[in-house]
Amino acid sequence: MLRIACPFCGLRDYSEFTYGGDAAVVYPALDADEDAWHDAVFMRENVRGLQSETWHHVNGCRMWLIVDRDTLTHEIVGVRPAHPEWANVIATETGREKHEKPQA
Amino acid sequence: MKSRRLEQGGRIDRAKSIGFAWDGKSLTGYQGDTLASALMASGQQILGRSFKYHRPRGIMSAGVEESGALVTIGKGSRTEPNTKATVQELFEGLEAFGQNAWPSVRYDLGAINSLFSRFFAAGFYYKTFMGPKALLGQGTGFWMLCEKLIRQAAGMGKASRDPDPDCYDHAHAHCDVLVVGGGPAGLSAAAVAARAGLDVLLVEQDFELGGDLLNQPEPADQQRRKLIADVQRQGVRIMTRTTAFGLYDHGAAGLVERVSDHLPGINHNLPRQRFWIVRSSRIILATGAIERQIAFGSNDRPGVMTASAGRAYLNRFGILPGERIVIATNNDSAYQTATELEDAGAVVSLIDARENVRSELIGLLGGSNISLRIRAAPLDVKGMRCIKALEYTTATSQGWEHGGVEDCDLLLVSGGWSPVVNLLSHLGHKPIWNREQACFVAPETGSPVLMAGSAAAIWNHEDCLISGQSAGAGAAKLMGCSVRQKKNPKAGGWSGPIKPIYEVAVQGRQLKSLVDPQHDVTTDDIRLAHREGFVSVEHLKRYTTLGMATDGGKVGNVIGLALMAEALGKDIPDVGTTTFRPPYTPVSIGALRGRNVGEHFRPLRRTPMHDWNLEHGATMTMAGLWHRPWYFAQQDEGIEQAYIREAATVRETVGLCDVTSLGKIAIQGPDATEFLNRVYTNPFAKLPIGKARYGIMLRDDGIVMDDGTTWRFSETEYFMTTTTAHAAKVMTWLEELLQTRWQDLKVHVTSVSEQWAGCAVAGPKSREVLMASLESEDVISNENLPFMGVMQTLMKGGMPSRIARISFSGELAYEVYVPSDYGESMMNLLWERAKAAGGCLYGLEALGALRIEKGHVTGAELDGRVTIEDAGLGKMASPNKSYIGKSLKNRPELVREDRPRLVGIKPKDRSKTFNAGAILCKQDQVSGMGEGWVTAVTHSPALGHWIGLGFIKGGHEAWKDRTAIVADPLRKEDVEAEIVSPHMFDPKGERMHV
Repeated sequence: MLRIACPFCGLRDYSEFTYGGDAAVVYPALDADEDAWHDAVFMRENVRGLQSETWHHVNGCRMWLIVDRDTLTHEIVGVRPAHPEWANVIATETGREKHEKPQA
Repeated sequence: MKSRRLEQGGRIDRAKSIGFAWDGKSLTGYQGDTLASALMASGQQILGRSFKYHRPRGIMSAGVEESGALVTIGKGSRTEPNTKATVQELFEGLEAFGQNAWPSVRYDLGAINSLFSRFFAAGFYYKTFMGPKALLGQGTGFWMLCEKLIRQAAGMGKASRDPDPDCYDHAHAHCDVLVVGGGPAGLSAAAVAARAGLDVLLVEQDFELGGDLLNQPEPADQQRRKLIADVQRQGVRIMTRTTAFGLYDHGAAGLVERVSDHLPGINHNLPRQRFWIVRSSRIILATGAIERQIAFGSNDRPGVMTASAGRAYLNRFGILPGERIVIATNNDSAYQTATELEDAGAVVSLIDARENVRSELIGLLGGSNISLRIRAAPLDVKGMRCIKALEYTTATSQGWEHGGVEDCDLLLVSGGWSPVVNLLSHLGHKPIWNREQACFVAPETGSPVLMAGSAAAIWNHEDCLISGQSAGAGAAKLMGCSVRQKKNPKAGGWSGPIKPIYEVAVQGRQLKSLVDPQHDVTTDDIRLAHREGFVSVEHLKRYTTLGMATDGGKVGNVIGLALMAEALGKDIPDVGTTTFRPPYTPVSIGALRGRNVGEHFRPLRRTPMHDWNLEHGATMTMAGLWHRPWYFAQQDEGIEQAYIREAATVRETVGLCDVTSLGKIAIQGPDATEFLNRVYTNPFAKLPIGKARYGIMLRDDGIVMDDGTTWRFSETEYFMTTTTAHAAKVMTWLEELLQTRWQDLKVHVTSVSEQWAGCAVAGPKSREVLMASLESEDVISNENLPFMGVMQTLMKGGMPSRIARISFSGELAYEVYVPSDYGESMMNLLWERAKAAGGCLYGLEALGALRIEKGHVTGAELDGRVTIEDAGLGKMASPNKSYIGKSLKNRPELVREDRPRLVGIKPKDRSKTFNAGAILCKQDQVSGMGEGWVTAVTHSPALGHWIGLGFIKGGHEAWKDRTAIVADPLRKEDVEAEIVSPHMFDPKGERMHV
């Protein structure tokens, strides 16, 4: 059972999330031609190893997250909000926490 | 085997005797007994019959690896077949039965099968029962003839067909360190990890802690108590009778706790079992090792056991398991057992396959009368029902040769030990072969799990303790604690090396040597599979069913692999091993299902008007997770009379329908308009405030995702409705677009489905009913609220409401929403006036009839295969703007002229009916996939006959003046139909504009 550390909610079972897809896909402009859309929608790498994926914390905070997951070992090395503004907020928060944490 | 209970010794409480029944016979045992030990103490030998050949079987082990003493526990709906008697705790009133035998396991007519055993070799089923029917007495047809007989003759116990009357729970736990196994290694690991400040959970499948210490003579108990006291003092949480049956990613483990399986009677206040999901940071496996058999003739006879089992029955259960005992070994571990059995009064002789035995071991036997024969191994067991004598061999340079015969009533065998690495294997880590110790062990690197004790092939007791301490400290270190870690002992610990032998055979001797006794897989079966070309162990396993019985290969796998390696001329590591998968031991389905059964199988959603609907005579139906009114029967109406009356009433006067289940999404923000304009195919850029628009949204691939209306309340605020079925999907989709693709858009989406209760007011008198329910009537006059107009106003009593003049039924109609808590008040208000106007309440069935007459689509039509053109809504795809799905909806396959398109269907003979799900075919060509399909069917009160919607190639224009066949071979006869426009009633839509 995968467990994903949601930046908003903490470590949660994967059953709270739904898998989106390959986060590396860049969707073309809405008026881009059929070929560009075909590639974006249907062509996928079958990655063996580290892959960035979108996951939706659908039964939690409903945020879309980027999860860096090793498809072979299921190891998750990073989780961040998909939206850059939220990613900034989280990065700032974590930075502040680190700063405030007294040295052990 | 002349087993008897000793006067003293063992961990049983002789003061507490327990009555139980075996095949109807009353017997007694003691507190602390397992069913197997109680049966053994009562002198019962034949406890089961084997799977294929009905060979007599007795107790083979003292643990979860048991393959002989498989029995059925309980009666009626509480029948539990294939219970391992060796781990079933004895309780007062326990009823156990032999299985797979008739009339009884002692005298079983099925044993005749063994005379035909050469016909039942590996692949028997494939060879005899698969393939064409051509030959008499062969092929799949022959199987269908024979299946019933074979199923009766072969197999395991029979499960009850009644519903399970017991209750099961699901529970969750978190811990820093999960220790699996409560033996010396597990206990010392848990103590060290807990002392370092970690939260430790220790699980043990047995009902007592101590592992192998339980099987040793008295002095071991002091050490056992000390170890237990230590873990208790350190605050370790301890669960006994709990099996960790599977390990999963990220430290998750599945446990099953047997809460009341050991208690007499029926315990209404306790679950039978509890299924735990444990989330841990680190896992220590101190799961022990399982002693292996050796393949030799009739090695499955009652009276043949593992050496460690002999020790367990002696020291733990106070039983002398035999009087003349031969112990056959190839390693050090059986010597202690030999002396202990001799001390207890048995005549013991040892045969050791090794060429020489170290002096330490010889010293151990010093002063005893135990005879030791080296270079000797068991060859064949004499005795038909249980062992009478052992024929042994001696090793020469040419191989095994006949050695002699020795009378005995018990044969204890130690063929080496297999560390329990099964759980590690669940995580995808392949165990590796350790040549010196002749067993599979955990790989040294890359494992997320720490192994301790004999699970790491450490055989020496002191080393097991150190290994446990080291694993506990290792886990603590990985968790960031500063602790001193002892050096982990190396695998091994015997005075002399093991001599790996897997099979003993002599040229020219026909033997029945079992590899996997539970499935009656013999050494000959393995060799046959090899001769027939099976090279991969994974294929070998499936062809011979080796390791596929309820023990999951705990007993036979290594022998099978070794034989396959020998046949292939390879080493064991080169042949590889099969993958152990969860569960480690069988788990009852009931534990997995927990309380998710019956009405709790899935969640139930009720609208705020649920009780109101029931009070007003609704019969409910499921729509996804929602309970919705299906129809409101009057007097003795059935569903058909009810919905036809309801639909007709809506077209004549007015009807009310609970539409709360529709998805509702608040869309807010400065870019809300731009957002909707990109999501919907039709333009939203110029939707005025105070208006709603029907919209279609596509998926990226150009297929229709959903439809619904979106209402504009202000410059920056919209209210979107979706279909009931797709509400969650659309919400997720909008969030994905905003968070991952269009991150510059300033829009907020919020699901408000549960915040608003909705009612459709439909019919020619809907305006007067609604007007009479509002604080100021005029706001919804035709001028103030034209078709597709929306507004927020107060209903009588000051209820805030949102009203849209939209129509699904094709009549003058409104959708009215109030905050959920006002739902019932709204219904009371509207219903009082609707009733006075001669109106009705209507349910889902009438709603369907009305929309089918109009050709309006729902989830039945928008099934994920349909384009906007297919649905007849092509005009809603704007050519003047971009939107999701615009490019890919023009893929060649999606724009073909002959694609199935939405049509109306009318039976030619108007008295006929047909069914949704039927296939539409050409006349005289009722076959294959047909030309289309039927999605919805209703009786149309407006038209006076049955009609349907569906999809057919080319659409209704292509079928003008042609007859289609509605083919429904499974349910009823074919019906001739004409294909018409889906807009079968009021095609110009005049009624809703009045």
